[in-house]
Amino acid sequence: MKLKLAFISFAILLTTFLAGCEPLLVLDPKGPQAETTANVIWISIITMAVIVIVVISLLIFMIYKYRASKQGEDYEPPHIEGNPLVETIIVAIPVLIVIFLSIVSVKSTYEVETVPEGYENQEPLVIYAASSNWKWHFSYPEQDIETLNYVFIPTNRPVEFRLYSYGPITSFWIPQLAGQKYAMADMVTKINLVAETPGDYVGRNANFSGEGFAENTFTATALSNEEFDKWIDEIHSTAEPLTEEQFNKLLKPGHLGQMTFTGTHLDFAPAPEGEHAGHHHGDESEDETNTEHEDHSNH
Amino acid sequence: MEFFDRFAVPHPSPLIYASMVAIALTLIAVVIGITYFKKWGYLWREWLTTVDHKRIGMMYIISALLMLFRGGVDGIMMRLQTAVPENSFLDAQHYNEVFTTHGIVMIIFMAMAFIIGMMNIVVPLQIGARDVAFPRLNAISFWLYFAGAMLFNVSFVIGGSPDAGWTNYFPLAGTDFSQSVGVNYYMWALQISGLGTLMTGINFIVTILKMRAPGMTLMKMPMFTWSALITNVIIVFAFPVLTIALLMGTLDRQFGTHFFASTNGGMDMLWANLFWVWGHPEVYILILPAFGIYSEVIATFSQRNLYGYKSMVGSMVLISFMSFLVWVHHFFTMGHGPLVNGIFSITTMAIAVPTGIKIFNWLLTMWKGKIRFTVPMLYSIGFIPLFTIGGVTGVMLAIASADYQYHNTMFLVAHFHNVIIPGVVFAMLAGLTYWWPKVFGFMLNERIGKWGFWFLSIGFCLAFFPMYITGLDGQARRMYTYSEETGFGPLNLLSFFGAGLMAIAFILIVFNIYYSFRNSPRNVGQDPWNARSLEWATHNPVPEYNFAVTPVVNSSEAFWDSKKNGHNLFPDKFEKIHMPNNSGVPVIMAGFFFIFGFSFVFSIWIGVILAALGIFGCMAYRTFENDHGRYISVEEIKETEKKYGGAK
Repeated sequence: MKLKLAFISFAILLTTFLAGCEPLLVLDPKGPQAETTANVIWISIITMAVIVIVVISLLIFMIYKYRASKQGEDYEPPHIEGNPLVETIIVAIPVLIVIFLSIVSVKSTYEVETVPEGYENQEPLVIYAASSNWKWHFSYPEQDIETLNYVFIPTNRPVEFRLYSYGPITSFWIPQLAGQKYAMADMVTKINLVAETPGDYVGRNANFSGEGFAENTFTATALSNEEFDKWIDEIHSTAEPLTEEQFNKLLKPGHLGQMTFTGTHLDFAPAPEGEHAGHHHGDESEDETNTEHEDHSNH
Repeated sequence: MEFFDRFAVPHPSPLIYASMVAIALTLIAVVIGITYFKKWGYLWREWLTTVDHKRIGMMYIISALLMLFRGGVDGIMMRLQTAVPENSFLDAQHYNEVFTTHGIVMIIFMAMAFIIGMMNIVVPLQIGARDVAFPRLNAISFWLYFAGAMLFNVSFVIGGSPDAGWTNYFPLAGTDFSQSVGVNYYMWALQISGLGTLMTGINFIVTILKMRAPGMTLMKMPMFTWSALITNVIIVFAFPVLTIALLMGTLDRQFGTHFFASTNGGMDMLWANLFWVWGHPEVYILILPAFGIYSEVIATFSQRNLYGYKSMVGSMVLISFMSFLVWVHHFFTMGHGPLVNGIFSITTMAIAVPTGIKIFNWLLTMWKGKIRFTVPMLYSIGFIPLFTIGGVTGVMLAIASADYQYHNTMFLVAHFHNVIIPGVVFAMLAGLTYWWPKVFGFMLNERIGKWGFWFLSIGFCLAFFPMYITGLDGQARRMYTYSEETGFGPLNLLSFFGAGLMAIAFILIVFNIYYSFRNSPRNVGQDPWNARSLEWATHNPVPEYNFAVTPVVNSSEAFWDSKKNGHNLFPDKFEKIHMPNNSGVPVIMAGFFFIFGFSFVFSIWIGVILAALGIFGCMAYRTFENDHGRYISVEEIKETEKKYGGAK
C-alpha cells in the first residue's frame, strides 16, 4: 500500500510538474502543427499511464499476496499451464489499445505533414532553410532576401520550409511550432507550419552534426503580416547583397552570429531539388525529372 | 618520424594522457604479476586455449564487466559534463568521442558479451549437452570478440576515438567531416567482433537443434534456451547486414568509393537504413535472452511453473519476425511521407502486443506462487514496472507525428536506457547471481547483492526519468553543453546524482564477488535455489563433462519433475565421454585479426598483408590438423563423481 501511495503521489507530482508553472516547450504549442503533436502526446501519456498503473497494481497485488513469508511452510503452489480465456484477454486488450493508437498515429501524421486545416487556401510563404557546419541559412526566394541563424515569419500564414544541408544530416526543429525533419545534402525535405502567436521561438538543429552541434541554433520570430512586410522593406533598403564569394565564405565550418543580405544563394547555388537533386541521373527530359522529383518529395 | 605521427591522438587532453599512463601501468603490473606467480603456463593451458563452454562463458562475462566499467566511466563523464550549464570539464570534440564510445562499448562489447557469456554457460547445461556443437569455433568467436573489443579500446590512446555517434551516420562519419582514424576503428572493431557474433549464432542454432538430451522436444526446452535459439536466429539474419554496411563504410573511407556519399550517386540514407536493418533486430538480440532469464528466475522463486509456456514461445517467435519490420521508426523524420511512416508506426506498436503478453505471463506466474525475494528475484520484480514504463514510452515514440518532437531528444535517450538497463542489465545481474553457484560452487552474498539492487534501481530512476522531462522541454541529445536560460540545469544535475548512485551499485556488485569469494561457504550442494530446469541436475560447480550420464527428459522442468514426481533423469550407466581437445589456434588467429584490424585502421598495408597470411595460415593449419578429441574413461568419471560426493 505504501508503494501504491508513493506512486500516486509521484504521478501527481509529475503531472503538476508537466502542466505546472513553466510549461515544457513541446507541450506549449504556438501553432496548429505543434498543437496536434502536443495533443497526441497527452493522449498517449494518459493511455500509457493507465497501462503502467494496471501493471504496477497487479505486481503489487501478486508480491503482497503470494510472498513466501505469508504462506504456510507446506504450501505447495499449483501447476497451472495457462488458460485460453485469460490469454485471449491479455492479447485482446493490448491489441485494442494498439489499434486505437494506430488510428491516432496515422491520422495525426497526415495532419502534421500537410498544410494545417483552415490555411489550405492561402499561398504558403516558401523559405529555404539550409544548414552548414554549424549555421542555418534562410533564403526567401519571393522576397529576395537571405538571413543567417534567424528567421522571421508572418503569423497566421502557412510557411513552407524547404530543408537541405551543406554537409552532415541535420534536423530542423522549432519545438513550439512543429516537429523536426532532416535536412540532407542530396534532396529537399519539407515542413509545413503556421505560427498563430507572435513571439520569439527557439529553433535548433537536433541531429548530431559534429563539433559545433550544441551551438547550432537559430531564433524563429513570428510577426504580424504588416510588421513582416515592413521588415522585408527595411532589409531591402539597408542590407548588402549576397555574393557567391561571400556565401562560400559563410559555408566554412564555424559559428557566425545573425546576418542579413539581399538576394539569395539560390541564384548561384540552387537547392538540391528538381534537376539539381543528388539522385538526378541527367538523361531524362526536364519534364520527367520534375514529375519524378515531385513524387519523391510527396510520398 | 612521419610514420609515427599518425598514431598521435589528434585531440589530446590531460584525461587521455592519464589514461595512457594508467593503462601502461596496469599492463606492466599484470605482466609482472603473472610472471612472478609463474602463472603463464596455467593461463595458457586452462584459459587461453580452452574450448570449454563454461570457461569461455566466464571469459565473456569478465570481459563484459570490464567493458561495463569502461562504458560506465564514459557515462559518468557525460553526466558530469552536463550536470551544470556551460560546464567545461570536457570540450565538444572530447564529449563527442565519449558518447560515441559509450554507446558502442555498452551495446556491442558489454551487453552482447554478457548475453553470449550467459548463453555459453547455461544453454549446453539446460539441454543436457557436453558442450556446444563446435567448441573450437566457439573459442574463435570469443577471441574475435575480444580482439575487436581491445582494438576499439586502444583507439582513444592511439590515433583517436570515433566521434560520429554510435549510429555513425554518413556523411558525418565520412572522411570529409571525420578526418581522424576514429571511425576506421569503429569499422574494424565492429567488423571483427561481429564476425565472432555471427559464428556464435550459427554455433548455438546447431547446438540447440541437434544436441538436446533425449526426450527434450522443442516444446520441452527451458525458456532461456528457447530465447537463446530465437536470438541466434536473429543474429544469423541481422549480422550479415552489419558486415556489409561496415565493409561499404570502410571502402568509402579508405578507398574512395561513394556508397554513402551525397555525390556521385551515393546515398547517405543508405547507411541509416542498413544500420537500422541490423540495429533494430539487435535490440531484440539484447532483450530476448533477458526475457529468457526472467522467465527462469520468476518461475524458480515463485516456486511455480511458467504461466503460458506456449504463448511465451509464440510471442518470442513473433517478436523475432517483427523485429525486422520496424527499422524505419529510427528515422521517421527523414522525410518519407505519412504513408510510409504510418505503416512503420503501426508495425512498431504491434510489437508491444507480444511483449505485453510476456509481462502478463510473468505476473500470472507469480499468481498463487510462493515468492521468495532473493537478489535475482528482486531484479526481476524491479524489471517489470521499470521495463513497462520503458515499453510504453516506446509506444509513445512509435506514434510518428509525436516522434517528430521526441526524435533526437533526451526523451529518446531516457526511453532506450529505460528498456536496456532494467531489461538487459537487470537480467544479466539476475542471471549472474542465479547461475553463480552453478559455475563457482558458492553463492554471492545476498545482503550486499540487495544493496546493489537498490542503489542501481534508485540510481537508474534518478538518472533517467528526468531526461523524459528535459527532452519534452527541447533538450537535444548529444549536446555537450547548454546555456543557463534553457532551464535544463537542475534536472541534469539530478541525473548526474543518479549516475553516481549507479556507480556505487557497480562497486557493490564487484565487491560482492570479491567478498563472496573470500567468505561464502563452499558446499552449497546441488540445488541452492530450489530450482526447476535441467542445468541444476548436475553438480556445483559443474564438472568439465557437465553430466556424467546423459539425462533423459520428459518436460521443460525436468529437474523439478525428478525432485517432486520421481522422474528418473539418469537411467543409463557411466560410459566413456568424448571431449574436444584444447587448442591455441583460436587465440593466435584472433591475435592476427587484431594486427589485421589495427594495420587496416592506419592503412599500413604491409601489416594487413602479413596478418592476413597469418589468418589463412591458422585456417590451413586447422584444415590439415588431425585432432579427434579425447576420451574421459569411466574410472575417471567415477573418481570425479566421488569427489562431488554423489553418484549421478
